[in-house]
Amino acid sequence: MTTIESSPDAVGAARGESAIGSFPVALAAWLTSTDHKRIGRMFLGGSFVGLAATAALGLVLGIERVDGGDVLIDSGAIPQLFQLYRFGLVSATLIPLGIGLSIAVVPLQLGARSLAFPRLALAGFYGWLAGLVLLVVGLANNGGIGGGDADMVDLFLAGHVLMAIGLIAAAVSIATSVLTTRAPGMSMRRVPLFSWSALITAIGVLLSLPVLVGALVFLFVDHRNARVVFGGNVGIGDWIGWAFTQPATYVFALPAVGVAAELLPVTFGRRQVMRGVVYTGLALVGVAALSAVTQQNVHSLPWSGSGLDTDELGTKFDDFVPFALFNLLPVLGVLIVMAIGALTAKGARPSITSPFLFSFLGVGMILVGMLGGVLYPIDDLGLQGTVFEEGVLVYVVYGTVLSVMGGVVYWAPKLWGRAFPDKPVMGLAGLGLIATVLASLPYYAAGFADQPAASPTYEYGGPAELWNALVLLGHALMLLTVLAFAGLGAKALRRDDRTGDDPWDAQTVEWTTTSPAPFDNYAEVPVISSAEPALDRKASEQPS
Amino acid sequence: MTLALPAGPTPAPRRQIFVGTALACVAGTMLIGGQLAIWALIRDRAVEAGERFPAKFEIPEVASNVMLMTLYALCLFAQWTVWSAKRGDRMHVGLSLGIVGLMGVAFVNAQAYVYHRMEMPIADGGYPGMFYAITGTMLALVIIGLVFTAITAFRALGGRSGELELVASHALYWYFVAAAFSGVWFLVYVTK
Repeated sequence: MTTIESSPDAVGAARGESAIGSFPVALAAWLTSTDHKRIGRMFLGGSFVGLAATAALGLVLGIERVDGGDVLIDSGAIPQLFQLYRFGLVSATLIPLGIGLSIAVVPLQLGARSLAFPRLALAGFYGWLAGLVLLVVGLANNGGIGGGDADMVDLFLAGHVLMAIGLIAAAVSIATSVLTTRAPGMSMRRVPLFSWSALITAIGVLLSLPVLVGALVFLFVDHRNARVVFGGNVGIGDWIGWAFTQPATYVFALPAVGVAAELLPVTFGRRQVMRGVVYTGLALVGVAALSAVTQQNVHSLPWSGSGLDTDELGTKFDDFVPFALFNLLPVLGVLIVMAIGALTAKGARPSITSPFLFSFLGVGMILVGMLGGVLYPIDDLGLQGTVFEEGVLVYVVYGTVLSVMGGVVYWAPKLWGRAFPDKPVMGLAGLGLIATVLASLPYYAAGFADQPAASPTYEYGGPAELWNALVLLGHALMLLTVLAFAGLGAKALRRDDRTGDDPWDAQTVEWTTTSPAPFDNYAEVPVISSAEPALDRKASEQPS
Repeated sequence: MTLALPAGPTPAPRRQIFVGTALACVAGTMLIGGQLAIWALIRDRAVEAGERFPAKFEIPEVASNVMLMTLYALCLFAQWTVWSAKRGDRMHVGLSLGIVGLMGVAFVNAQAYVYHRMEMPIADGGYPGMFYAITGTMLALVIIGLVFTAITAFRALGGRSGELELVASHALYWYFVAAAFSGVWFLVYVTK
């Protein structure tokens, strides 16, 4: 038995921040902190603000769609707002949420005292934030894809480059942490499932976003000068659109699946069975990164005349392989994770908690989105260019949001020393589920009715106004969910009673340190002897 | 008081800088690889349309060949740094790092010479922009390498000459730059 006291570093850090007591100094300490928990929380905070803004924008665009345009905003600004909505969903929400939670939690899960290259991760945060601001300024001033102001189009491209470089920097930090800072005894086969998903995501980011940066450099130079090769301002979307649609987005949603995989054995009070297969399932989702590497928006699957005509068999095979690789394998990965989770749960009585509910519902939504993503590339369904793809994207992004919220609730004791109230958060998970379904499912139907993407106008004899109104309501409910979640978090922070060190009866090593975790996580570097060290410790303490 | 797992020995260093550099090199490879893929696609379209690529500009091939050889030689000197650091030979570490820096600057100089000789306005059609974009990205990678060399030199000559991991990471980065430029050289300067 070892007693953890505050380490000299932690004491020094605490003294340096609390003794001064002035707000600007404390703020500066926060903004320049090398504590991974703070950097991660800054990423998470920024992402939730981005999510709230995006949901509000979805609400505004929903009103435009219901009323056929020109209601709240000038029709000239509509294309920019639709772009802002998409970039908000992916760049301001989906990617930084996963990266933020990974930075905050992964070193704790590895038994490490710090993140590898924390200053790089901090620089990554500021790069992402600054890039996002430039992107928004560019779009707000008639820049972006098809924008009329050339300088603002350039600013939009430059912002994207900066944002992508920031995210790449953070990904290097996360991947290096998993590969090099694990506690003694923690082999790769003992790495917690969430950390494994963070590693796969980081590698996916390292493989895909540099390709985006390379394309953006070409676009920037061409647009600033000749505007000959890449289609000028209108052609930008053809060259970078792949990064903001499926299946590339599955890679960024992977930490959400990792949260669910992490919580399944905790919920059922069992050790994870077949860990290697779960690792494989998570890695299969990461295969979607290859779709980014190939820079394709859609790997279409022509279905017409698909009888086993031997003349066309080779062509059909050529079409099917990339389609299956990028669209079916990620689905298979999630199904594997869920199936092994079910095997782990077999015969056990679950202890349903709010983090589990959030993450389970979130992964369910991601899976529905992925299934939609399977249908979208099939040419004969005629879904390309419709709002169906938007429905898929919203399912994936909002599903990720739900699951990451579950992760935040789960690890809140380690990050803040306080726990979210369980029952209200459970209600919030239900609200989030309704919001996600309403914001996306109607567009699955609308896609089959050929409602065009990124357009407020749509001529249709059916109940188009109804489903557009439902989507509008979905975004409004998601906005409400985020605000309520922030409110519950703030309320929990104001409470005096600190939570216990292991409130979830969890299995991984971070639950063996104090809540909140000290500046350097562990006073003594722990020795890991299994994949569930906290469970081992509890077992050894029970009287025989 | 918290019940914790038994404390272990201080973990052995796991070559954090080396792994981080390797991951950054993976990202760099994807960056240059992606750009080369776009280059090849645009070139293919131009050739299919019966156009010459580039239409009217001539690339000084001697200078570009020298750039490639410079980078290969530079790798040799970067490896010399590793060899010297292994033996704690501070003088040779300093000497080899100095030569690495010199050759990096020579590369930048040769690239500037290529730009100067080509006299190619960036807004003169589609090709110049693409050429400047991909060679400019390569130049940026070399400049990052020079900064890396400077940092390595400061640390190695400041008394950490035996710090193998840093000099090995430094060498790894230059290997990556040489490999990346090999692709650029073949596709942009030779195949055109």
